[in-house]
Amino acid sequence: MSAVMISRKATRKWEKLPGKNTFCCDGRIMMARQKGVFYLTLFLIIGTCSLFFAFECPYLAVHLSPAIPVFAVLLFLFVMSMLLRTSFSDPGVLPRALPEEASFIEMEIEAANGNVPAGQRPPPRIKNVQINNQIVKLKYCYTCKIFRPPRASHCSICDNCVDRFDHHCPWVGNCVGKRNYRYFYLFTLSLSLLTIYIFTFDIVHVVLRSVDSGFVSTIKETPGTVLEVLVCFFTLWSVVGLTGFHTYLISLNQTTNEDIKGSWSGKNRVQNPYSHKNIIKNCCEVLCGPTYPSVLDRRGVLVDIPNPSTPGAPSTVNSNPVPQTTKTTAPLIPNEHTPEEAKPSIGATSPKEEKPSTPRDASLKSPSNPAVIKESAH
Amino acid sequence: MATEFHNLQELRHSASLANKVFIQRDYSEGTVCKFHTKFPSELDSRIERTLFEDTVKTLNNFYAEAEKIGGQSYLEGCLACATAYLIFLCIETRYEKVLKKISRYIQEQNEKIYAPRGLLITDPVERGMRVIEISVYEDRGSSGSTSGSSSTTSSSGQ
Repeated sequence: MSAVMISRKATRKWEKLPGKNTFCCDGRIMMARQKGVFYLTLFLIIGTCSLFFAFECPYLAVHLSPAIPVFAVLLFLFVMSMLLRTSFSDPGVLPRALPEEASFIEMEIEAANGNVPAGQRPPPRIKNVQINNQIVKLKYCYTCKIFRPPRASHCSICDNCVDRFDHHCPWVGNCVGKRNYRYFYLFTLSLSLLTIYIFTFDIVHVVLRSVDSGFVSTIKETPGTVLEVLVCFFTLWSVVGLTGFHTYLISLNQTTNEDIKGSWSGKNRVQNPYSHKNIIKNCCEVLCGPTYPSVLDRRGVLVDIPNPSTPGAPSTVNSNPVPQTTKTTAPLIPNEHTPEEAKPSIGATSPKEEKPSTPRDASLKSPSNPAVIKESAH
Repeated sequence: MATEFHNLQELRHSASLANKVFIQRDYSEGTVCKFHTKFPSELDSRIERTLFEDTVKTLNNFYAEAEKIGGQSYLEGCLACATAYLIFLCIETRYEKVLKKISRYIQEQNEKIYAPRGLLITDPVERGMRVIEISVYEDRGSSGSTSGSSSTTSSSGQ
């Protein structure tokens, strides 16, 4: 490839990814845009545990056992690592179709639908597939220009299709999907244990100390206890309930999304084709299944590909230093998502490239299209 | 009448892309990664059916091996959980190892079988594991009569 190397800082692929995610640490961390509730989660967990370590642990270590704070520390570290793993990892985002794939799919749809009489709405874009002798409908995603794989869904908050989409959790500041569901489940499970643990030992501490010095002075000596008990009490109901709910879903190999939509419930509906009909097998598949790698390649380096050999169409390529993925922003079917707001890093260039490229595309289509596509084939 | 190319480099320099064929995922067995082995008609004159089917079947076997749920995956899962998944900072997961094998296999197939026939397979991982993209090249020196008929798909989609 006779690319002319321009000496400037390498652009990584995460900078040009469509969708409403924020990236940190040069693409290593991937989260949703709204992170406020995530910071609240962090504050509550770290704050409550700090109070526990400061007020209760010294007394309990001496009067009961030093294992108590040690186990609390281990549990706290596990909760934090599961939370950070859930929040920072790619949930299983499906990259959007490149233009050639999108047009290939369009053609397949047109061929399947035949001629639609003028004035009539074209039929909905649905593909039927048979999975384990059940008919499952695959829907077409107008934003990502793909037929969503089974169990995938489009998250409107992150503007991405996510594989095995469970739900978008504001508490962890990310979607929960195929790649991070087990971390999310372990987070809720370990947080339940931690909350129960702190709550129990708070009560034990207050009882033991009150025996010695009376209830009121105990509260005066360790005021943090009241706060901890309050936080734990309210957290317990929600987190333990959530853990129970997800345990139920895992045993049936269902996602929250499917449960809410009622995809597999009811007599006339299809039975869940993904369930092994065995609770142990279902749990093992979800929790001990293979760790899927990310297909996003966030930290891959984008190479600027100038077009030396076909002077006929340099304008569409050179004014477009970003890869062909952004061409999907000139949609075949218009949708309400404006791509410009999703890509703040190329905000300056994208309005420029949008307007000139679309009319030029039409005029230069036949002779230059093979050359334009060639760039993406590198 | 497939145009002859000697290696991948020559393919890129002297050929122009005529068409792309996309092999879709086969979901009949659930969400495991598997591709249709049906031979696409666009490749009829370019490559033998058995070679193509062998490639796709081997890829399907690789993916089945990566996603197999058995003793090894349980061990990996439990060990990783016990270390709060920090162990993945040091070692590679089984899936990643298999993906590397797959990319080596695809490179080898491209060099030995596909490039000499003017074709190029793109690793599915670069397309979100959704499709196997096969790029069909035409020799630039050719009159373009074959490319005219086969490239209608890419240019007339709109």
